[in-house]
Amino acid sequence: MKKKLFQSTMVFSLALLLSGCELALFDSSGVTGKEIGDTILLTMGLMLIVVIPTIIMSIWIPYKYHESKKDEVYDPEWEHSSKIEFFAWGVPVVIIAVLAVITYITSYSLDPRKEIASDKEPLTIQVVAMDWKWLFLYPEEKIATVNEVAFPVDRPVEFLVTSQSTMNSLFIPKLGGQIYAMAGMENRMNLMATEVGEYRGISANYSGFGFAGMRFKAKVTSEEDYGKWIEGVRTSEQVLTDAEYDRLTEKTRDHKVEHFSSIDPLQFKNIIESFIGAQNGSN
Amino acid sequence: MVQTDLIKDPHVLTGKLHWGVIPFHDPVVMPVMIAAILGGLFVVGFVTYKKLWGYLWDEWFTSVDHKKIGIMYCIVALIMLLRGFSDAILMRTHQALSTADEFGAGYLPPEHYDQIFTAHGVIMIFFVATPLMVGIMNVVMPLQIGARDVAFPFLNSLSFYLFLVGALLVNISLFVGEFAAVGWLAYTPLSGIDYSPGVGVDYWIWALQISGLGTTLTAVNFVATILKMRAPGMTLMKMPVFTWTTFCANGIALVIFPILTIAIAQLTLDRYFDFNFFTNDDGGNQMMWVNLIWAWGHPEVYFLVLPAFGMISEVTATFSRKRLFGYTSLVWATIVIMILSFLVWLHHFFTMGSGASVNAFFGIMTMIIGIPTGVKLYNWIFTMYKGRVELTASMWWVIAMLITFTIGGMTGVMLSIPANDFVLHNSMFVPAHFHNVIIGGAVYGYFAGFTYWFPKATGAKLNETLGKWSVALWFFGYFFAWLPLYYTGFDGMTRRLQYIDNPEWQMSMYIALIGVAMIAAGIGTQVVNIAWSLYKRNEPGYKDVTGDPWDGHTLEWFTASPPQFYNFGEEIQVSDRDPLLDMKQKGTAYKRPSKYGRIHMPKNTWAGPVLGMLTLPFGFGFVWHIWWMVFASLAAIIACWIKYNFERDKDYYVEVPEVERIEGEFLKSNEGREFYFEKHAKHYKKWNPSKENDSSVVAK
Repeated sequence: MKKKLFQSTMVFSLALLLSGCELALFDSSGVTGKEIGDTILLTMGLMLIVVIPTIIMSIWIPYKYHESKKDEVYDPEWEHSSKIEFFAWGVPVVIIAVLAVITYITSYSLDPRKEIASDKEPLTIQVVAMDWKWLFLYPEEKIATVNEVAFPVDRPVEFLVTSQSTMNSLFIPKLGGQIYAMAGMENRMNLMATEVGEYRGISANYSGFGFAGMRFKAKVTSEEDYGKWIEGVRTSEQVLTDAEYDRLTEKTRDHKVEHFSSIDPLQFKNIIESFIGAQNGSN
Repeated sequence: MVQTDLIKDPHVLTGKLHWGVIPFHDPVVMPVMIAAILGGLFVVGFVTYKKLWGYLWDEWFTSVDHKKIGIMYCIVALIMLLRGFSDAILMRTHQALSTADEFGAGYLPPEHYDQIFTAHGVIMIFFVATPLMVGIMNVVMPLQIGARDVAFPFLNSLSFYLFLVGALLVNISLFVGEFAAVGWLAYTPLSGIDYSPGVGVDYWIWALQISGLGTTLTAVNFVATILKMRAPGMTLMKMPVFTWTTFCANGIALVIFPILTIAIAQLTLDRYFDFNFFTNDDGGNQMMWVNLIWAWGHPEVYFLVLPAFGMISEVTATFSRKRLFGYTSLVWATIVIMILSFLVWLHHFFTMGSGASVNAFFGIMTMIIGIPTGVKLYNWIFTMYKGRVELTASMWWVIAMLITFTIGGMTGVMLSIPANDFVLHNSMFVPAHFHNVIIGGAVYGYFAGFTYWFPKATGAKLNETLGKWSVALWFFGYFFAWLPLYYTGFDGMTRRLQYIDNPEWQMSMYIALIGVAMIAAGIGTQVVNIAWSLYKRNEPGYKDVTGDPWDGHTLEWFTASPPQFYNFGEEIQVSDRDPLLDMKQKGTAYKRPSKYGRIHMPKNTWAGPVLGMLTLPFGFGFVWHIWWMVFASLAAIIACWIKYNFERDKDYYVEVPEVERIEGEFLKSNEGREFYFEKHAKHYKKWNPSKENDSSVVAK
């Protein structure tokens, strides 16, 4: 209870400083994103408790003991004080101990692989990082999109992430969490949005010349609009055939949004397994 | 650009080289290239006109004197600082301009911009921070322990040329071909041959491989020097803190640089011989590269920052006119940091998906490093406590460091928490953080040390006013340049963006530009300061007559400035942590010893420059697949190596009359000095127990 109170005062005071500006990380529209934002503010606040006095001391002490102050104590042979040493080690130990506990707890509670508790069935979206665009596969709906992803609000989404080429990182700053996309491997990230809206999706790991334009729209919609969106994608004339997939593997920059009305349900598995032997030690 | 018009089948004579690899059409590179060629011609012409080649070759290029090698390291580092900082200016102006328009504004195409941020990182870490630090270590450390030179003087010279070749390769890549565009740590598979078919990554490979070899040899050399060549009586716990940090830093280097060597060798095999260590398919594992490169890369930053901590310690103690507070604590904190630095590398990729347990372990290990680092900060602050703090330019650097580094430490601990990292990783928050600690911790420390030891190396003090201006410009410039980027990091801006599509970040980018301009002015002031102070080197106020301009406590101040080539005329007996202060108080300092002995010295050798520079065609040949050049230079290296090993004439003696003459002059310059502690005798109760003594009492 006490911790909660402390936590909320810390968060509140820093929130005043920072969130007035509506920064993506502190004004999160995702469940995990919100908690991560609070953790950042909490840990920053805790550290400011020691950082501010340290900075004041490193200005005030040279001022107080400046050579011009001839009346000030001067003890050139003084080089040890157990009392000060105790605090010099003790203060950092205490603050780091507190932070370590927070680290331990949040490492588990905010692990992107952890499923988000909800009474709704999670939606699985498979993601492939390509040069330089994002391909989203909906295995249940059997549709695919490029540089656009949609999912309903308040429903957990499980992203399964891989790469067709270099290492990228799937990241929607307003919703929280990011995870590396690596060829031949599957990574997992769970998100749940709490607000309807259209958010910036990016790659957060430099992957080559088209990296800056490797962005996608993350549309969080109502359950109803989501259905409409699916129907919209289904009306597309494009089908994700092997030939179409090969076209996507070509290097392109600032790639436009594309919709595919049908996919091979094993597409994602096949992409991962096309890189022989890299995953799970299988050959 | 160049990557697209590569020759697929290398020519037997010219390899992949052809006229198309020289960027004649590039409006940014071409003027730089013309200026560099004209500047180079001017320097060569000037040296020839003044008939200085013989002098430079005999006195500098072939020198095995640690002080001269140290100065050469610093000169190259400062030149490379200008290059690396130009890259920073290009990046910041380009990003600021690119906010103006949604798609691809700014003036640099990604093929160019991406090379710039790669080159900036590589240059600043390998060819600015490392050599500046190694240079200062080279000048100071042997003097601090009362040695005549490092343990292996020839190896020291060779290390310098290996480093120089690395720096040259990076600069050649600007004009011939291209540099890597893969980020400074060249993550695979992007840096593999499939995704980077050009020569850029090969330049990266050979520049780092060759200069990394130099750093490994330096580490061997310095560790051996500190362990074996300390003055009699200087036990480990009587070593000055800078020597301690040098020792621990090189201990780190000794462990980690072989990792870099092997990792790069594996990448070389991947790229040149179709191996599959780090490729996407055929069993390659890109995560292995990321682990290896950070197993080297993280301890590397402690390698850079530990000696800066040492420099801060020396400067603070001297200008607080006090003994260093908590010496034992500081030493143990250094050792703890050294050990922990090996156990934290995974915090660079929490988002790779290692899972909660692994992330929690590495997160907590990382923040534990905050403890000994905090201890150091407190010890410096309490060194000033009850002191008589003289706010010289070096002390300004120290205080700038204390403030900036504390903030950088805070953001570092924030990043060490895996949960936070899932949104902060690779955002602008990360560059803002590591510039905060590398500039605020390491670089300010180096500049404090540079200002402090400049008279020792050159014989002239730097101008104090100009020095303080550069501190102020750097200090405020840093915050202007990087606070806005912390802010955009919080708003989800990633690093390494060639264009910015979010107009909300425009203001931040413009504020950052102001900071860059201030830092540029700070660097300019430093360059002017060095030139001015050297120009005025013989005038009072600049000239360091005694070799001890700050009334120091440690042995490097017990020689002339610049020091006699053999460092010390006599063997020094150490019995205190502040050996020179101890000798001054006992009245034994600057006194003629009962007799001088002859001094055994290493001879200058052609082998360092020749062997070292031969690695330039070796690396260049490899980059361009010019195999005859590779084999010819390799054969020449082996031949020279054998020839050098069969040489007998490698040392000589300085005879007693010569020593007596030089020492006589040095001692004369120190006659009749009144030391600081004598003027403040009543405060030195241990030295001067009777409280009634007034300041006129001098221990004789």
